[in-house]
This record gives sequence, C-alpha cells and structure tokens, in this order.
Amino acid sequence: MKNNKAAGITRREQYEQKQRRRSILVAALSTIFVIVTIVIFVPMTPGWEKVQKSFFNGVVLSKTFPKLLNAFTVNIMIFAWSAPAIAVLGLMIALARDAKSPALFPLRIFGAAFTDIFRGVPVILTVYLIGFGIPGLGLPRPWNSPFIWGSLALILTYSAYVAEIFRSGIDSVHPSQRSAALSLGLSERQVMRDVILPQAIRNVVPSQMNMLIALQKDVSLLSFIGPVEIFRQAGVYKSLFANFTPYVGAAIIFLIVTIPATRYADYLMARQMRERR
Amino acid sequence: MSKLELHNVVKCFGDNTVCDGINLNVDQGQMVCLIGASGAGKSTLLRCINLLEPIEDGEIFLDGEDISFPGLNPQSVRSKIGMVFQSFNLFPHMTAFENAILAPKRTKNLSKIQLTSEVEMLFERFDLAERMHNYPDQLSGGQQQRVAIVRALAMKPEVMLFDEITSALDPQLVGEVLDVLLQLKDQGMTMVLATHEMQFARQAADKICFLKDGKVVEEGSPKQIFTDPKRVETKAFLSRALK
Repeated sequence: MKNNKAAGITRREQYEQKQRRRSILVAALSTIFVIVTIVIFVPMTPGWEKVQKSFFNGVVLSKTFPKLLNAFTVNIMIFAWSAPAIAVLGLMIALARDAKSPALFPLRIFGAAFTDIFRGVPVILTVYLIGFGIPGLGLPRPWNSPFIWGSLALILTYSAYVAEIFRSGIDSVHPSQRSAALSLGLSERQVMRDVILPQAIRNVVPSQMNMLIALQKDVSLLSFIGPVEIFRQAGVYKSLFANFTPYVGAAIIFLIVTIPATRYADYLMARQMRERR
Repeated sequence: MSKLELHNVVKCFGDNTVCDGINLNVDQGQMVCLIGASGAGKSTLLRCINLLEPIEDGEIFLDGEDISFPGLNPQSVRSKIGMVFQSFNLFPHMTAFENAILAPKRTKNLSKIQLTSEVEMLFERFDLAERMHNYPDQLSGGQQQRVAIVRALAMKPEVMLFDEITSALDPQLVGEVLDVLLQLKDQGMTMVLATHEMQFARQAADKICFLKDGKVVEEGSPKQIFTDPKRVETKAFLSRALK
C-alpha cells in the first residue's frame, strides 16, 4: 500500500475531514433556519406585542431585578442549612437500610419505610402537610416558623432520594474490596468506614450534584407556606406592576446559579466515565 | 503438631460442592502449593481458611485451635492469617503506605511512630520505599501486588495465603513477585499458595497438593509429584500444564 497518503494525510483522515466539514455545515444551516424562523414568525403572531410588554418589559425588569436578587438570599439561606442536613440524614438512612445486626432490624424497617414514603409523596404535598401541620400544634415562637418546618419537609424528601443514591454507591464498590479489607482483620464497621464509604461517596458525587441543583430549585416551593423568597417576591411584583416580567427575572437568576452547577456536574460525570473507561 | 490443619473441609455454593472433604497439613515454615485446573477449589479453599467463606463441614485448626468453630469472631483469626489476592485489591483511595498501615492502626494498640517505622521498613525490605506514597493506579501490576503483600505482612501474620497472585500480571512482572515469595520462605514464613506457576512450585514448594473437583487427589514432594505422579489425573493435568 504505497499510495494511501495524499497531501500528507492518510485516506482515513481525508475521509474523516470531509465528514466533519459536512456535519458542521449541516449544523450551521439548521441552526440558522430555526433562529430565522423564530425571529421572523414569532413577532408576526397576533399577541406578540402584548406578550413582549408583559413578559419582557425592560423597565419592569430593571426596577425589580435588584429586589429579586435580594429575595434570592432567602433561597440561598434555606438551601445552605438544608443541604448539609440532607447529606447527613441521607447517609444515615442508607447505612440503616444496609444494617445487618438483628438488633438494628427496626432501623432497617424504618429506613425502608422512610424512603418509600418520602419518595412516594409529591414534594409540594410534604411541604404543605409538614409546613402547616406541625405549626398547627400551637408551638410557641420561634418553633412555629414556616422556615423550620418547610425546610424539614425538603430535608425529609431529599434525604430519601439521597439515601438511595448513597446505597447505589455502596453497591458500586466491588465485593473484592470488602474481602481484602476483612482479610486484614478489620471489623465490618471499619471496613465500611475506611474502605467502602470513601469509594462509594466518590462514585456518587456527580449524581448528588444533580440533587443539589434540584434542591436549589425546589426551595421555591416553600413560598406556598409563607417565606418570601424569590418566587413569592416575583409574585408580589407581578401584582404590583400587573406584569409577568419579574417571573422572567427570577428565572434568569435561577439560571445564573444552576447553569454553571449543571455544567460542573456534567463535567464530573464525564470525567468519571473516562476514569472507568 | 502442624501449624495449620484442615480436616474434611466441605464448602458448597448452593448445589455445587466446591470443596469436597479436603484434608491438609501445613507445618511451621512450610510452603505448600495447591495446583489444579481452574474450578478445582483452590481459591475457595484459601478463602475458607481465612474465614471469608463459612464451611459446611469439617474443621480448620491453627496451632491446634479450631478456628472454624461457628460463631467464632473471625477478626482475631484473620489478623494471624494474611491473604493476597489475584486482583491485588488495593484500596484505590489510599496511598501504598496508607493501604499498609490501615489495619494495624485500627486493630493494634501501637504508637503511630512505632507503626510508621515498622511499615516503612517493610517497604524498604521489598524495594518499594520510593513508591510508598504513590496511589495504586500510579503503580505497575507487579508493584501493586508487592504492596498488597506488604499490606498483609504489616499485620505480622503467622500464616500467609496467596491466591494465584501472579495470574493477573504481565509475564515480565511475574518474576519480581515470585522473588518476594522466596524471600518470605527464607525468613521462615508459613505459606499456602494456589498457583499456576508450575516451575516455581517445583523449585520452591516443600509440598504440592493436586486438587481436582474439590478433592485432594494427590500430595507429595515436588520431586515426587512432578517426576513420578501416582495418579492418572495428576499425570493428565501435569502433561497439559507443563506443555
């Protein structure tokens, strides 16, 4: 095979180059087509002007955006104390479900029931039931605060999911690691703590990142039981200005946080896939 | 009294009898090689000795003490019997040094300084001092397996079990690991090996046991087994294995 090189590249490379150019061209054309269609046809719809005024109103946006940002700190606060609590409770539930000692049997049952119940009920329902129900017991201030019970609802729901992810992480560690650790004379507890868990947690970091992103958004559900966080604040301005733009502003603020976080989670996931090959 | 004695050890996985009444004596300082085709029960037998698998019937004695007694806490037994696996099984999230120091740190009440210097000496002895603070994925297969041996030795075991420890290695890395075994033999370690390295078994073993279908078909000195096997099954296996 002498003549398989033309212009210094192999015919394989030549072929791939051609294919690449082709797909770039097709992608560019179809993107332009879609954008042009939207730009031309959407403004031609009969209601466009009204929609533009009530959803994409620059004046309203600039007036409300700083206040929305301010309200977003409430979201961040609720997130900041819920996330660590979820991590701890989730891990405890995961370990409880894998407990082997017969004395811990009630714990196992509890763990299973916990995950079944809180994965099975819509988050908003849990928020309502706990957020209105427990303060209804007539607790004195500050124990009737919707912040506390709303956060608890999020913590319980998310712990159920996070626990299941931790469990899948524990299962993902090869049994030979357990054998090796046991053969050294370590106890079951030590094997779990020193050998299995560190690997399990590392394996599930990308999945847990996705849970964090979901939690960040679901904090807004607490607005239904009282706390004036960003979604509630946007609602207030919607009524005030008779305009939906504050909701778009709130969406932008969420995206500013969640897009980098999502990208980072995807990056972690991709890196893990590469490592496993 | 033998260091390690197995009486009629039976191990089943479901309907499959993997060890079918195995008797074995290992004297202090002896190197015993278990040979036989894959699935003959060599690995399972080693796992039974280390109490990683509970046995259905029979007894295992270490220094005359029945260690297979059901309900016995296996931890103290395992700290006296080290085991090295075919696939190394190093803990990937720890450096070589951390791998080796974990078990003694957790199970023995020794000062950290004393432990550290002991473990460091082991790494030096097996020519791994430079690699001590590397993670397993930064080491070659041969180095990983030698670290696994150091890790087991750090518990100062009285008996060492080796489960086909060179089977997962590139041929050019087998030698360095087998050298470690010879070194241990010189130091008087009591060892049981499951192995496919027939040349090594022939040169280094004090006793060879040929296993087939979960039974010890024949045992004897390497010279007798390799030059004058009594049983047809042994002959057939060796003629295939030595080809």
